[in-house]
Amino acid sequence: MKKVFLYTVAVLMMGLCPSSNIWAADVIKIGFDIELTGDIPKVGEASKYAAEMLKDQINRAGGLKVGSKSYQLNFVYEDNEAKAESAAAAALKLITQHQVLGIIGPQASKQAIPAGEVADTNQTVMISGWSTNPKTTLDRPWIFRACFLDPFQGPVLAKFATEELKAKRAAVLYDIASDYPKGLAEFFKEAFEKIHGKGSVAAFETFTTKDRDFSAQLTKIVASKADILFTPQYYDEVPLIVKQAHEMGWKKPILGSDSWGSAELMNLCGNDCKGLFFSTHYAAAGAKGATKQFIDQYKAKYGYEPDDVSALTWDATRLLLQAIQNTKGLAGDLKKDRKAIRDQMAKIREFDGITGKMSFDGKTGDPSKCAVIVKISQEGKFEFYKSVCP
Amino acid sequence: MFIQNIINALQWGSFYALIALGYSMVYGVLLLINFAHGDIFMVGAYIGFFISTFLLGAYGFQLPWTLSGGLVIFLTFLLTMAITAGVGVTVERVAYRPLRRKGVSRLYVVITALMVGLLLENGNLALLGASRRNFPELIPKVLYSVGEVNFTNIKIIVIIVTLLVFVFLQTVVLKTKWGMAMRAISYDRMAVPLMGIPVDTIIVMTFVLGSSLAAVAGILFAVSYPILEPYMGALVGWKAFISAVVGGIGDIRGAFVGGLILGFTEIFVATLFPSTLRDLIAFGVLLLILTLRPTGIFGVARRTKV
Repeated sequence: MKKVFLYTVAVLMMGLCPSSNIWAADVIKIGFDIELTGDIPKVGEASKYAAEMLKDQINRAGGLKVGSKSYQLNFVYEDNEAKAESAAAAALKLITQHQVLGIIGPQASKQAIPAGEVADTNQTVMISGWSTNPKTTLDRPWIFRACFLDPFQGPVLAKFATEELKAKRAAVLYDIASDYPKGLAEFFKEAFEKIHGKGSVAAFETFTTKDRDFSAQLTKIVASKADILFTPQYYDEVPLIVKQAHEMGWKKPILGSDSWGSAELMNLCGNDCKGLFFSTHYAAAGAKGATKQFIDQYKAKYGYEPDDVSALTWDATRLLLQAIQNTKGLAGDLKKDRKAIRDQMAKIREFDGITGKMSFDGKTGDPSKCAVIVKISQEGKFEFYKSVCP
Repeated sequence: MFIQNIINALQWGSFYALIALGYSMVYGVLLLINFAHGDIFMVGAYIGFFISTFLLGAYGFQLPWTLSGGLVIFLTFLLTMAITAGVGVTVERVAYRPLRRKGVSRLYVVITALMVGLLLENGNLALLGASRRNFPELIPKVLYSVGEVNFTNIKIIVIIVTLLVFVFLQTVVLKTKWGMAMRAISYDRMAVPLMGIPVDTIIVMTFVLGSSLAAVAGILFAVSYPILEPYMGALVGWKAFISAVVGGIGDIRGAFVGGLILGFTEIFVATLFPSTLRDLIAFGVLLLILTLRPTGIFGVARRTKV
């Protein structure tokens, strides 16, 4: 009996909470739908670390000032296990149960696309830091992102392969069951064939998530006489692909995309990845100003250099906080506040992030910003090589 | 390219064969499908990882004497096999034996095995976290290229070890007294104790053998594909189980041949067709084999199958 009573009270209070200002008054709740376990746990960890750092910094300084009132930040982290279904469920949980004002994440497109659907239909702002697939924000007025898109990244890489690596024939190896690699592989192929003509992508090989052996595909790639191998995979697959390629006698360059740029890559890959190139959002080595400050702070706190996911989470969260501040005061009504935040988000035109300047056109949630090509040095550091702007 | 793919297929099939041998061993004695076997393989790889990094001095703990490379390999295999065998026997004692004592239907034991597998996976996740581990280069990699064909010494070692294990098991089961006892138990569990054969000891021996095999497979797999994760055993384990069924579960030759068949179909489908079709065609072929021979290639029809 007692239990039933307690439940009733709890349910009643949950219902009352958003409209009355009992304790929601001085706290802003933001949800994080991130990859804490599953295939890419380092991505979730990096996001959480960056968010915690930002939260501590703002809360210690007295909280976030919105209009005339200061609010303490409360971040809720939900694990999406790097699965599409769990990402959608986590987004729904954040929106309905935790009643957050906005959501940051999910980081990988495979999770961000379904989670974006949930956030958009439930009219809550969602900003993904790292998802570069166009579908994440397409026709979804409530969804934004803090990074460039694959239709931009693909041609950047194709051009880089042509001009810097002097490639005339390319091979691609990607995971067909995951949205991000599949999308990017196709954009790369299109751009590369535009430069070199049809058939210049000599091998376009696929595998499925969780595959460990790529020997059949790599045998085909080696036999295709391609000049470069492009593989837009995540940091847990890249070492296996690169090592097996070398075992198959592949000595030519291997090119990657922003999913390579995890702090964990070099721990897993070792010598095999040295000297390779990939495109990304920012390079930690040689950073200046606010970016350097962020890197130093992060390094001091967590003991390793922040990767692009950390930096993008930082930017995405700051974007959301900026939009909240621009509302000039929260009404305390969840629905109205969420709407106000989305309207302010759409009004942001320029934003100076630690991953570079972003400009929004107000029509879509996608920023226009520069990409960086990074070379993995002999010491295993991600070194700035070249910047490519739209 | 053809010869290259034969080597690829031999190596990939060897892993299926090694794991399938473990499934078949246990099934041959207990008529129990030990679904936890794929995860024991994973545990073996992790134990191998910790022992080899420990021996290589990665924990800041310097051993008082330096070990030569060969000794490190030998010790890693030996200790990993011993500890993994311990895990296997524990699973048998804790999860399977109580059920067997109560005489419950075999179906419940199979479900228990599935749960033990999940327990090992998620226990590992809880204990060690989700981050990937990089298996050290235990066996120094040497690259050979003969004409167009490239292969490493590791590939050759994997193939040879699998062959040796197969011959060893075949001898144990067919030529020794232990093997005879194993076969007897599967033939008639009621009558065997009456003949003075210690059933429990034989069963423990089977699990020791099966689990140390999983350990060998785990280390070799980790050497070939040096990224460890808690779920690495699930998919490979399932596929190895299927190859054991195709070969005729319970039969040592069946597990070996079944594993190689699956390896060959997977590699050659990926070579000849778009690799997306790999699992579809590979399992289509296996289904066809099972339709023609429902008990598998070497299997004999029995009345009580799970």
